[in-house]
Amino acid sequence: MAGIQGIPHIAVDRCKGCGLCVSVCPQSVLAISDGAVNVKGYQPAIVAEPERCIGCTSCALICPDVVISVERIPVKKEVKS
Amino acid sequence: MSVVFSRTKGLTEAETHYCPGCTHGIAHRLVGEALEELDLLGNTIGCSAVGCSILSYNYINVDMIECLHGRAPAVATGIKRVRPDSIVFTYQGDGDLASIGTAEIVHAAHRGENITVVFVNNAIYGMTGGQMAPTTLAGQKVTTAPAGRNPVINGMPLKVSEMLAQIPGAAYVERVSLHSPKEIRKAKRAIKKGLTCQVEKRGFSLIEVLSTCPTGWGLSPVDAVAWLEANMVPYYPLGVLKAPEGGKNV
Repeated sequence: MAGIQGIPHIAVDRCKGCGLCVSVCPQSVLAISDGAVNVKGYQPAIVAEPERCIGCTSCALICPDVVISVERIPVKKEVKS
Repeated sequence: MSVVFSRTKGLTEAETHYCPGCTHGIAHRLVGEALEELDLLGNTIGCSAVGCSILSYNYINVDMIECLHGRAPAVATGIKRVRPDSIVFTYQGDGDLASIGTAEIVHAAHRGENITVVFVNNAIYGMTGGQMAPTTLAGQKVTTAPAGRNPVINGMPLKVSEMLAQIPGAAYVERVSLHSPKEIRKAKRAIKKGLTCQVEKRGFSLIEVLSTCPTGWGLSPVDAVAWLEANMVPYYPLGVLKAPEGGKNV
């Protein structure tokens, strides 16, 4: 079965760690970094589970700092019987 | 592989000064994307206001003028009359447009000026430290009303869009919100519609954008979005208040 895999990219050093992207992700792909700090001094959003992304762009739509870009690639998924 | 979301050319590369989670950044992006998609970037002049959005000229990738407090619609009027072929928009907050700038916005709408106004309503004076704005909700706690806004003393919050929608010169008035990806998509459609209204010379257009102020409200960014949806949307109902068809054809 053909499906879509999304690839979110986060410009980590521009992120202010507000967490809005994490709150709207339907697949729990994103998370706020646990400890690591960016050049601004914020704990940025990170892509915690990239393989779960469906490329819906909800995170990018709600990001106030436009730090997220999203790609989509077609993938073949095995049909679960 | 296809890129389905990337930074619009309508924004500069500058990082914004806004607090984490402030939805001003989303509104900036929607304006930039709308201008890019309508191919208006090279022919647009923006008027930024006073308030948190004062530095929007650094972020939106068009020529912009910084206007006196509340006077952006008057400046936009002048620019539009001198350069009628340019697209002219103002980007104003509620502390600017709904209080000190009430006269300018009402009369710009009344004259049916062919400009587009993006009105960001976050129910508080953000930049100056969270004072009460005309749009602050009844009971909402702010630094100048620590017990909450009392309608007996302060009146009820001003519904700017409803007020302007009944003016004959206003062609298009819509209220949108930025509390979810779905509403953000709708907000972008509204901003594009407002700019298209201007391109088609239909007259005055205003898009009110309900926005958050996590710092001023004393909430986390995620809680602020939920507060907006639960408290502001019921008082400031979303939707088209005046359709372009009813406007003045210039």
